[in-house]
Amino acid sequence: MSFQISDKTYETDEEGYLANLSDWNPEVAEFMAKEDDCDLSDPHWEVINFLREYYEEYQIAPAVRVLTKAIGKKLGKDKGNSKYLYELFPYGPAKQACKYAGLPKPTGCV
Amino acid sequence: MAKAEFDTPQLKGIPVIPHLQPGAMAHSRPFVAKAEHQEPLGFPGELVDDWKTKAIDKMGELLTKYRALPVFLDACVKCGACTDKCHYYLGTADPKNMPVARQDLLRKVYRRYFTFAGKHFPKLVGAVELSEEVIEDWYRYYHQCSECRRCSVYCPYGIDTAEITMAGREILAHIGIGQKYSNEIIGKVHKIGNNLGLPRPALEDTLEGLEEEVEEDLGVKIRYPVDEKGADVLLVTPSADFFAEPHVDGLIGYGKVFHQAGISWTLSSYASEAANFGIFIGNYENMQKVAMRIRQAALDLGVKRIVVGECGHAWRVAYSFWNTLIGPFDFLDPKYPVPQHVCEFTYDLLQKGALKLDKAANDDKVVTFHDSCNVSRGSRMGDFPGGQFVIPREIIKASCNHYVDMAAETIHENTFCCGGGGGLLTDDLTELRVKGAVPRMEALKRVIDEDGVTHMAAICAICKSQFTKVLPFFGMGMDMIISVHQLVGDALVLGAEH
Ligand code: SF4
Ligand code: SF4
Repeated sequence: MSFQISDKTYETDEEGYLANLSDWNPEVAEFMAKEDDCDLSDPHWEVINFLREYYEEYQIAPAVRVLTKAIGKKLGKDKGNSKYLYELFPYGPAKQACKYAGLPKPTGCV
Repeated sequence: MAKAEFDTPQLKGIPVIPHLQPGAMAHSRPFVAKAEHQEPLGFPGELVDDWKTKAIDKMGELLTKYRALPVFLDACVKCGACTDKCHYYLGTADPKNMPVARQDLLRKVYRRYFTFAGKHFPKLVGAVELSEEVIEDWYRYYHQCSECRRCSVYCPYGIDTAEITMAGREILAHIGIGQKYSNEIIGKVHKIGNNLGLPRPALEDTLEGLEEEVEEDLGVKIRYPVDEKGADVLLVTPSADFFAEPHVDGLIGYGKVFHQAGISWTLSSYASEAANFGIFIGNYENMQKVAMRIRQAALDLGVKRIVVGECGHAWRVAYSFWNTLIGPFDFLDPKYPVPQHVCEFTYDLLQKGALKLDKAANDDKVVTFHDSCNVSRGSRMGDFPGGQFVIPREIIKASCNHYVDMAAETIHENTFCCGGGGGLLTDDLTELRVKGAVPRMEALKRVIDEDGVTHMAAICAICKSQFTKVLPFFGMGMDMIISVHQLVGDALVLGAEH
């Protein structure tokens, strides 16, 4: 599977996750979000950027508590919880946000 | 993200056996494994040329290797007792999801190639040639069975459809048609040590974060150690406990129990997974290879005991198969059961009066318990029959004041699968998972309406993730589902004298 932005083609897996992490750019996130009728606001970008930084260091998406803690630090303690993350990413922060960030889909019993 | 393209069934309040809808789920099939997911497991990367011969040969091999398989295939008298016992049939109305019909998909081919009558008078005994169509049905309907074994409880001959499903999947994988979800995960365990692919530095970072969080919350330093040589206990737990909610609150709870009991423990970054998807795909070699990491870690760390965290099929593999797969365990302390479930561990401490629980800490909750299939029907706990039902409930009741059971025909050995077990916990099977959850949701709704239940506790990572996902489809909150050891951890009085 693949999608196209301007004249560049992006390869994806069956569920629309980017096949190559290095293909990612902010337009990709915007494009994917639009497909889901989701407008990316600043808090969305905080999450996406954190996911990318973390992935770069650890080759895996952060665990939910690692993510909520980081977001709590950046956006205020009242936002450092998964309820807030689900408001941003209703399909689930782990999966939807990873997808926009160009990360592979988390596997396992999650 | 894929929006739901199916209607969520309405809960009726009473169990209803659906009218047959042939082909209702014929469209449901999970993604097929690619070569990169197949080959590391020892399976061919794509459909092999001589798939028909290979499939029959494999079937022949399984018939000799697993003595129960031919018995299950021969014994069925079509009495019909199992037909309405499967949650996937009840939720989808597809007649091929009746356990006996699911068995027949394999049975009719077995008869054709392995029985006298089937070889010579195939029409008389419903024997059929292996064809592409049959293979397609195997792939669809052996991935609409969670290997929960509920049907076998009601079968007068004890025929275990799960074993037939496993054989079906094993044959498919061997001709090049494996399931992506399970095989990708098993590959990650072989390579990195857990289902998530969480490498050691990430695990350490995650656990450090948890220690900080718990200290901030409680003002007490509780450790979540990894790779500590010489610890008494090696805890192997599903990697979802590191990663997801509500699982992580269970992990926090285990840590509190170890802390309060003063027993040294460690996780292992090499065996950072209790789950063993080898059983789901019916493949002995992969199951053994996954389990072997745990033996190795226990030896390397020099522990005296192995405790298994809240994971249903991990416990079944540990309890029923570890001894053959990775035994003997003569290097562990014989004073303790091998393996030991974390619920047994906590129960034992409670019996000895080594833990003090303040039930009032959970007074905001009315709790019920979801028995997980693999614990209920595939194993036991403690040293008395039915321990796997009693022990988790006793722990919950010791941790909270308000506990209610769901209807008798939906708990203990009659429990309904969460709808996501057996390697089906994947987004490409969302419709199946939602529909298969219906019987459990019906039972839950009744105790919500009648008894004011607010939370359902479970001891399986798959159940917890599945309910988190499907509860909202039925208008219930995803945070209703909690870990048993979250209740324990929240009620535990730290630092108290005994
Ligand atoms: S093992 Fe469970 S899922 Fe499979 S047919 Fe039997 S009841 Fe259904
Ligand atoms: S209950 Fe057992 S014997 Fe009866 S139809 Fe089902 S599998 Fe066959």
